[in-house]
Amino acid sequence: MPDITPALLVAGGLFTALAAYLVMAGADFGGGVWDLFATGPRRKRQRALIADAIGPIWEANHVWLILAVVLLFVCFPSAFARLSVTLHIPLTLMLVGIVLRGSAFTFRSYDSQRDDVQRRWGLLFSWASLITPLLLGVVAGTVAAGAIPVRPSGTFVDAFVRPWLQPFPLAIGALTLALCAYLAAVYLTVETDDPALQDDFRLRAFGAGVGVFVAAMVALLLAWRHVPLVWHGLTASGWALGYQVVVGALALLTFTALWQRRFRLARVAAPIQAVLILSGWALCQFPYLLPPDLTIAAAAAPNVTLQLVLGALALGFVVLVPSLIYLFRVFKGRPQRV
Amino acid sequence: MNDLLAARSQMGMSLAFHIIFAVVGIGMPLLMVVAERRWLVTGDPVYLELAKRWSKGTAIMFAVGAVSGTVLSFELGLLWPHFMEFAGPIFGMPFSLEGLAFFVEAIFLGIYLYGWDRLSSRAHLWAGIVVALSGALSGIFVVIANAWMNTPTGFTMAGGVPTDIDPIAAILNPAALTQTIHMTLAAYAATGFGVAGVHAFLLLRKPMNTFHRRALMVALLVGGPAALLQPISGDRSAKMLARHQPAKFAAMEGHFRTESAAPLIIGGIPDEATGQTRYAIRVPYLLSVLAYGDPLAEVTGLDRVPRDEWPNVMLVHLSFELMIALGTFLMAITAWAAWLAWRGRELAENRAFLRAVALATPMGFLAVEAGWMVTELGRQPWIIHGVMRTADAVTPMPGLIVPFTFFTLLYCLLSVAVVWLMYRQIAKSPSAEDWQRIYTPVLRDA
Ligand code: HDD
Ligand code: HEM
Ligand code: HEM
Repeated sequence: MPDITPALLVAGGLFTALAAYLVMAGADFGGGVWDLFATGPRRKRQRALIADAIGPIWEANHVWLILAVVLLFVCFPSAFARLSVTLHIPLTLMLVGIVLRGSAFTFRSYDSQRDDVQRRWGLLFSWASLITPLLLGVVAGTVAAGAIPVRPSGTFVDAFVRPWLQPFPLAIGALTLALCAYLAAVYLTVETDDPALQDDFRLRAFGAGVGVFVAAMVALLLAWRHVPLVWHGLTASGWALGYQVVVGALALLTFTALWQRRFRLARVAAPIQAVLILSGWALCQFPYLLPPDLTIAAAAAPNVTLQLVLGALALGFVVLVPSLIYLFRVFKGRPQRV
Repeated sequence: MNDLLAARSQMGMSLAFHIIFAVVGIGMPLLMVVAERRWLVTGDPVYLELAKRWSKGTAIMFAVGAVSGTVLSFELGLLWPHFMEFAGPIFGMPFSLEGLAFFVEAIFLGIYLYGWDRLSSRAHLWAGIVVALSGALSGIFVVIANAWMNTPTGFTMAGGVPTDIDPIAAILNPAALTQTIHMTLAAYAATGFGVAGVHAFLLLRKPMNTFHRRALMVALLVGGPAALLQPISGDRSAKMLARHQPAKFAAMEGHFRTESAAPLIIGGIPDEATGQTRYAIRVPYLLSVLAYGDPLAEVTGLDRVPRDEWPNVMLVHLSFELMIALGTFLMAITAWAAWLAWRGRELAENRAFLRAVALATPMGFLAVEAGWMVTELGRQPWIIHGVMRTADAVTPMPGLIVPFTFFTLLYCLLSVAVVWLMYRQIAKSPSAEDWQRIYTPVLRDA
């Protein structure tokens, strides 16, 4: 076990923020994806259910990302600087996605309820919901692959495009997208008590679950061929086998629960599965923040800063946890009728 | 356009866009809380209707504020990686606290906006109060970070790297108090007059509409006091600048030559080449009084500042004059309103007054933009005053004109959509039939 340092605790906070963002905001993006793929006779009601489910909570869920960014630039400033330089293009595109998703979703609720107006905002909202997690995954994949240099060098393409425009980061992008869609579909089964709608999303959950599996396998294959850093991390270390077994077991549990229509169980198991997948990434590159050279300890800000931030996080925990519970109790206490 | 200029333009454009929504995000919750509280106290359903309708507009503005704020958080790194690498650990504390405040704000805003039918009226009002407080706090924290860029404290330089970092001392920097007070007041003044102006305009068309009368009153109640306090707080800001940021102070006053018993320069066109501000009115001794409270005090001019550390004097001076002019106008309207109210007159029946308020709709927001131009352009060429130049902070990424153009277009389109949606909300203000519906429960009770 490594020593518990302030830097390590903040890194844990960073991981927690990202994990919370994945299982909460990720599902909001996934909802947008299912808005795009709403089909069949209940198309309109599927869309209404999605809108009602994410309306009151997406802005709060979104703050997890802001927390992650702030923790990164306050506590690991050199990592933030390196990331922002090399990943300028995908991060900028992701921001465009974030801007369009949030505003189009809100505009749709408050603009004319006429079909054509609604469809136009809806398309913008749902495409943006699809692009954003994809790019987020690309960013994560590039970090995992160890492709963030200390200083950019070479031509423009070498420095700002080639690091992330690679099969492996793209596969991680697809994995993230599938995961978001999967989470959303599972959550939506408990948002309604209409069996027909439940079935719509149950089916989608199965589909997206298979998508997660396929994307993960492709990513693994690519790691084996091209990204020894990740391949080594995922296969050679002591925790690797146990980890694979646990992830597999949880996937099986979620699928069985969905199969038996025990939606509340699936609703609990799916996010745990997602967090485990994210942990795989974290464990595989530990103790590096930006593999292959920048460790958590080396990137960390001076201890005063870290300690103050930890204090703020503790305060935040005390304030936010009850507030979030209150929010979810007010809006998620009972299924909605649409 | 070179990359540095593109980066500065993108940062300035993004902030100038965000600040509109931020100001509304601070001001509107207070307006809604006041209206809802008046409903609970008086039982007058018009106030409830007011809070509900305002909350729709707020939801639109808040969403755009949240996404444009996210863009800013990333842009700090995307455009200024060297600045953030240097400054993150020093001035990051307020950003962390701001993150916390956002969280609380977003959670309770969701509860407030979507919880009208799900909460008791008391719990609902409390949710609104939490939103108003955390909104003000998040603004205060981020402005503290900005104040640190203006008057950096809490570290010592050793061979180009900061050591002895003290984030608490960084929070307590000399500009923090004046800037946060001035900004918070600005948010209430701008929102208050923005809302009052819209309802005054509608009252000019439908003078008897109770809805707009109540709205005008609540909005003036929030905007007026802030507009009265703003010159006092601005004067404190100016005194702080005279001590800690003499170049910015000299530029905003158009004051080139260091002198005792310095006159206040009003209006005029500063000319950097000749070092003179032409066509201006000069009030003897007043600048010395305003800066140091002593008519004979010496006021540093730009001649004491190395030429390559001058900000753009013309822009800074004109922005400052614009803010003062707008602030004076808002203050005058407030005084007029107070006079009318004291004489027992109905404000909504004085058409000249309504016209003046309608004219003031954009003025608070313009003053906010102008004031920020003073602060930000006046700090140039420094990104951290006296410590790091903006040119040394910028990202090595070339072609920054592309994201700048792209975000500018995106924000233009968003602005059009927001204006259109706000217009729709306002155009839907209650008609005669609506009144019947709103008042029926009361009549039935009576
Ligand atoms: C409703 C908006 C509004 C109004 C009516 C005024 N201001 Fe202002 N002013 C701002 C909104 C603002 C601002 C946008 O909020 C700024 C930018 C940075 C800051 O802290 O506040 C600002 C900055 C600012 C600064 C620079 C502070 C700094 O760089 O640290 C000074 C010296 C003043 N103001 C002075 C005044 C005076 C003397 C006013 C009297 C009429 C006045 N302002 C009215
Ligand atoms: C919201 C109101 C604000 C407005 C309208 C505003 C405006 C601007 C403008 C116009 C620039 C470009 C300066 C130039 O052309 O040289 C700029 C730069 C910048 N601002 Fe602000 N600013 C605001 C608040 C803030 C705050 C609160 C912060 C940070 C804590 C901040 C941080 C920066 C940074 C890092 C730059 C880039 C470096 C520089 O040019 O100095 N700004 N801002
Ligand atoms: C560099 C400067 C800035 C950064 C990085 C920044 C960042 C952000 C972020 C990330 C959000 C979204 C929070 C959410 O999701 O709810 C936000 C919203 C907000 N910001 Fe800023 N901001 C900056 C400047 C300012 C300034 C100068 C003010 C005001 C004084 C301000 C006040 C607010 C407020 C009140 C909100 C919430 C209300 C709304 O969304 O309309 N911000 N900002």
